[in-house]
Amino acid sequence: MFELSNREFWTVVHGLVLGTIFLLLFGGGLAGLWSLRAGLLTTEGVQERMRRLTVGMWAMAATAWATVITGTWIVYPWYRAELSVVGDEDFAGCAGAILPNATCSPRDFLKSDVTGDTASWHNFGMEWKEHIAWAAPFLVTAVAFIVTYYGPRIIKRPWLRTATIVMLVGGFGAAVIGGLYGAFLNKIAPIA
Amino acid sequence: MDETNARPGVIVDAPELDPLRLEDRVDGPAAAVMMSAGIGIFVLGLFTVLSEASVAIHDFLGDLEFGRGVGPLAGKTLLASAGFLASWVVLGMTMRHKEVDLRRWFWIAFALGAIGAVLMFPPVFQAFTVE
Repeated sequence: MFELSNREFWTVVHGLVLGTIFLLLFGGGLAGLWSLRAGLLTTEGVQERMRRLTVGMWAMAATAWATVITGTWIVYPWYRAELSVVGDEDFAGCAGAILPNATCSPRDFLKSDVTGDTASWHNFGMEWKEHIAWAAPFLVTAVAFIVTYYGPRIIKRPWLRTATIVMLVGGFGAAVIGGLYGAFLNKIAPIA
Repeated sequence: MDETNARPGVIVDAPELDPLRLEDRVDGPAAAVMMSAGIGIFVLGLFTVLSEASVAIHDFLGDLEFGRGVGPLAGKTLLASAGFLASWVVLGMTMRHKEVDLRRWFWIAFALGAIGAVLMFPPVFQAFTVE
């Protein structure tokens, strides 16, 4: 019951669990930063908001790092394994496959075009996702530090608040590209 | 919201903060972390292109996978992370007590990050691919 293979487990942890936590934290973080405006909050409200925002931003940064590290160092090697080479034939192991299997990794499967025009999912989708997603932990860690360093003082600095939101949204955008392509790729060429 | 004379265009009044008696903070540490994020993204973009343009660099980046099967992505992301962390430490130490023009640092960091992001876009870095 509810059995998952080791690969399925880590794919779920990387994409579904960590990805969902990141998205939820982004919503709260953006709302928190957005409301840090002069005249909107009481003194007590500012103090309560800053504690929650600081913890949330560091949790978001930790989640971003955990997501890219598990993705790159655990899940990605299963995706990119070269399994289908036989002699001079790069994708011989994928002949007749309808999904990736023991002789045809997800990357082999996509690049082989054995079920249609799938190579662009790797050549564009995976190639973009695997790189751009790493912008997220850099940007969100910077945001977490700024929120911690300035604390409530951000309220007196509207320009800094806007710049911080730009960085947070940039990190979120990078994660969205990674997450969306990851979901599509795992649908078309699942790691199993 | 009235701007103070201390930093025209940057600081606004927020009476709700007065009871907290917060001392102002210099912008050096924030500029440092902004720049570090830009450097991290730029380094990743740079090595993404270099990995396509040079077989030797591609192989070097792949050697940093420590037998995990990650390929050159291992080296690219390790070096980018090292660039982010190392620059944060160095800039953070040197700028921790300095007042700086935060807008200027932000836009430089933004430009670095934007260039890095463009270099990571597949049609861009794949244009440099050598066989």
